[in-house]
Amino acid sequence: MMAAASGARRRGTALALAGLAGGLFGAGLIVSGMTQPARVIGFLDVTGAWDPSLAFVMASAVLICAVAFPWIQTRRSQPWFDTRFHVPPGGRAGVIDRPLIVGAALFGIGWGLGGLCPGPGIVAAASGSLPGLVFAAAMVAGMAAQHRSAR
Amino acid sequence: MIGAAAALLLLTHGRIAGISGITGSVLQRTQDDRAWRLAFLGGLVAAGLVARIVAPLAIGPSVRSLPIVAVAGVLVGFGTRLGGGCTSGHGVCGVARRSARSLIAVGVFMITGIATAIVAGALS
Repeated sequence: MMAAASGARRRGTALALAGLAGGLFGAGLIVSGMTQPARVIGFLDVTGAWDPSLAFVMASAVLICAVAFPWIQTRRSQPWFDTRFHVPPGGRAGVIDRPLIVGAALFGIGWGLGGLCPGPGIVAAASGSLPGLVFAAAMVAGMAAQHRSAR
Repeated sequence: MIGAAAALLLLTHGRIAGISGITGSVLQRTQDDRAWRLAFLGGLVAAGLVARIVAPLAIGPSVRSLPIVAVAGVLVGFGTRLGGGCTSGHGVCGVARRSARSLIAVGVFMITGIATAIVAGALS
């Protein structure tokens, strides 16, 4: 009985922390300007009035992860709420194949076209913006199409 | 904040904060372990809802017509699932882990993203 109760509480804590991570991530996207298509396109269009600020956003996020990830993984044998880390092999271990290149190329075209990537698209849709909702619905359809084609 | 959120997810759930992967896995009914993914996406949605009230201007207007936005969404959805990641999974987490796959992916999507933004800017 006690074990069941504490197990449920533990699962609740785990989900609350996953939700907190999502909320923090979304707030970071909003504060940094990733949810403003004009800013994103101003960053990508290097021939116009180039706005490099998003490069600093990306670089600082990379820097924090580059320090925090090894720190977490060397100090802990497992995460708080799972038995292992689900992290793909880093460095040169991964396979560079055609789906990786083609997929990244298509994603880049979509990002440059609409000025939204998946995270900001979901945040924009949640805010009730019509372009955000259209983008997110189309993105889900694109994902579903890829899943079907891969089967 | 983005980096801290990714570190929090790794510490608590041992997972990479890749939005396209998390969203795609939720869509694939066959995947178990949907609870933490739904909770993470719930947090992302909550951020959007709060922004609507607190800072509506932070969610910028679209710079393209709705049909173009729809085409962009399909390309982003299909491409990120085929390529195994987006700006977060490859761009932030993958580059931080110095993954060769992610570094290549980022190089490719930056090149096609920049080229598309330039061409679309010149045409509009």
